[in-house]
Amino acid sequence: MTDQIERDPITGTETTGHEWDGIKELNTPLPKWWLYTWLACIAWAAVWCFLYPSIPYGPSYWHGILGHTNRADVDREVHAVAVQRSAVMDKIGTMSFADIRADKGLAEAANTAGRITFANNCQPCHGAGGAGAIGYPALATGAWIWGGKLEDIQQTLIHGIRSGDPEARDSQMPRFGIDGVLKPEEIQHVADFVMTYYGTPRKDATPAELAAGAEIFANNCAACHGDKGQGGREFGAPRLASEVHLGGHTRQDVINQINNPHMGVMPYWNTRLDAATIKSLALYVHDLGGGE
Amino acid sequence: MASPVMVNGVYPPVEYNEEVVRKFMIAAMFWAVIAFTVGVYLALELSWPEFNLGYSFTNFGRLRPVHTSAAIFAFGGSVLFGTAMHVVQRTCRARLFGGRVLADFIFWGYQFFIVMAALSYVMGFSKSREYAEPEWHIDLWLTLVWVLFAVVFVGTLMKRREPHIYVANWFYLAFILTVAMLHIVNNLAVPVSFYGSKSYSLFSGVQDAMIQWWYGHNAVGFFLTAGFLGMMYYFIPKAADRPIYSYRLSIVHFWSLIFLYIWAGPHHLLYTSLPDWTQTLGTAFSVMLWMPSWGGMINGLMTLSGAWDKLRTNPGLRFSVTAVGFYGMATFEGPVMSIASVNSLSHYTDWGIGHVHSGSLGWVAFISFGAMYYLIPVLWKRPEMYSVKLIAWHYWIATLGIVLYITSMWVAGIMEGLMWRAYDSYGFLQYSFVESVIAAHPFFVIRMGGGVCFLTGALMMAFNMFMTIRGPKPASISMPHGYALAGE
Repeated sequence: MTDQIERDPITGTETTGHEWDGIKELNTPLPKWWLYTWLACIAWAAVWCFLYPSIPYGPSYWHGILGHTNRADVDREVHAVAVQRSAVMDKIGTMSFADIRADKGLAEAANTAGRITFANNCQPCHGAGGAGAIGYPALATGAWIWGGKLEDIQQTLIHGIRSGDPEARDSQMPRFGIDGVLKPEEIQHVADFVMTYYGTPRKDATPAELAAGAEIFANNCAACHGDKGQGGREFGAPRLASEVHLGGHTRQDVINQINNPHMGVMPYWNTRLDAATIKSLALYVHDLGGGE
Repeated sequence: MASPVMVNGVYPPVEYNEEVVRKFMIAAMFWAVIAFTVGVYLALELSWPEFNLGYSFTNFGRLRPVHTSAAIFAFGGSVLFGTAMHVVQRTCRARLFGGRVLADFIFWGYQFFIVMAALSYVMGFSKSREYAEPEWHIDLWLTLVWVLFAVVFVGTLMKRREPHIYVANWFYLAFILTVAMLHIVNNLAVPVSFYGSKSYSLFSGVQDAMIQWWYGHNAVGFFLTAGFLGMMYYFIPKAADRPIYSYRLSIVHFWSLIFLYIWAGPHHLLYTSLPDWTQTLGTAFSVMLWMPSWGGMINGLMTLSGAWDKLRTNPGLRFSVTAVGFYGMATFEGPVMSIASVNSLSHYTDWGIGHVHSGSLGWVAFISFGAMYYLIPVLWKRPEMYSVKLIAWHYWIATLGIVLYITSMWVAGIMEGLMWRAYDSYGFLQYSFVESVIAAHPFFVIRMGGGVCFLTGALMMAFNMFMTIRGPKPASISMPHGYALAGE
């Protein structure tokens, strides 16, 4: 195919003379606005590289005349926020719970700090508003496992539960089933009995079975969970005579828990949150509806 | 270079290999429907997580790479392979190098790669590198297929009967060579065992991140941009029956695009542990890349001067031209988002998802639809598609889908960015992360609606394609002007 330069009748521009499968090309010059905009972009990029860290050479690089570094920026912003927070948080950190509550401005600040800290750190497990979920204690109901006073909550927040922190709250429910402490039918009986605490007893459970369950409960469970299923906070033993059930609502859930107990872990927060924020968080959790 | 023998001053007619192109077109249509269906399902999961269904293989984390790989590599890749093989034959006046067996091996080898990759994702295997998730044994297979594809393409260029190489082929060649390089370097890994699929990247720490985003950015640049620009440079002048607007612009924007794109990867890692100087260069190269990207848009749009009326009667061309518009929009948005202060707002938000989809739905899918609507009648020797009206319906419902998708993600993304950085008067965050998710929920639902529109359009197209192929083949047809039938 020989090159044949033509003039395009519509634009009046000449073609390059090439043709491929019927496709030709016009010899239109570069659009001026395109070229100048591009040159402006290149100029902008050059200035940007002059101002900021850019060209590498050998072991180092051009640091830019503005002396900018991302790390310094972050430090500055974090410091600015810390200064802003310290206006109220320094006071909250040193005052007693009662004094904070008495000061309307500080109480509001603590509530604000507690709310956002709870939403970003606690809510994924404990649910919005501390509603709780299976395996994750409800915080808004008063069904406290380790105690619902401000100091109790603060202690739990700081050191956690079974968290590995030396001062963590710690306890263990024996594995009654898989360790052979109770026989399978005994577990059935005691589960039937526990279901009477839950308020949803098995309909066809006989008085004899329930009596057997009650006896097993008295001998094996009552020491921690209380003789009336009221729970034992010194052991972190949940209240059973309640509508709030940590491990699930069904008889099978109860059997599973007796057989091979699940015990949750709550992290310690003292390395992630400062003391004043933990205090604010304790106040917030206390105010969710279950505080004592 | 094989030199064809002239007879009486003219070359003998070429019998093009159209069989493999037809196969790739059918595969592309199939994978388009799969990719969009999985996309809609993922949008459903994001709106209502219950749709994860509790199975490991329907989990968002496993289906997400199925969607991205099906869209980019299965659908986009099949269109690219098919059109590249078509365009290189036509514009070189040469039959595909390597014979029918090699071409078929590339087709089936590539489809095998796609199926293996998708199955491995749903079974929980992943290298955890975005857009490069397949494990090492699948990567090796793709390398083989890809190298053979390069051999076929370059071989065809070598035996061409045209004095010059057409611009579409420059772009296809850039796509093939650069993706080969990116694929090999980014996937360098040490397998834990020869008999197991698990491997560890050869790189570590911030270097690993930089290699991954050098790959990820240029997968966009060379797979989703250069390759599809090659498509544009052939199918727009063909469908519009007009010469390319500016040869000079095509040279300048080709080389500037190729040179600048490869350095812009660091803009994916702004405000990370990547060294500051690397971040600045990523921004600088991204801004310089704006006009080279737009060179392609200008050449695509201006080629229509004198033929704009064709948009009224040719809805297939409408797809191609709208695609170029979305290309221009996305390649402006990209440099803007790569500026650090904008990026601090947009990064990690749904704005990024919106940006990607204005490119992938608006540009990649639309330019592919335009090419396919042109190519299907040509390949199957039909006068036109079964229903031109249905193409118009596809166009409008798909455009509506894109508009719903990208506007909802812009709003959601900017809202998320603003919520995440809002502080109250005490210096505490104003909103929790969960609150931003709740606020974005309506937009997730709108996005899903956009996806449903887009999928509906693709189903119309699949039906249209099926009916065209199944329909009667006329004894003699007049092909589009300037179009030589195989063998002529």
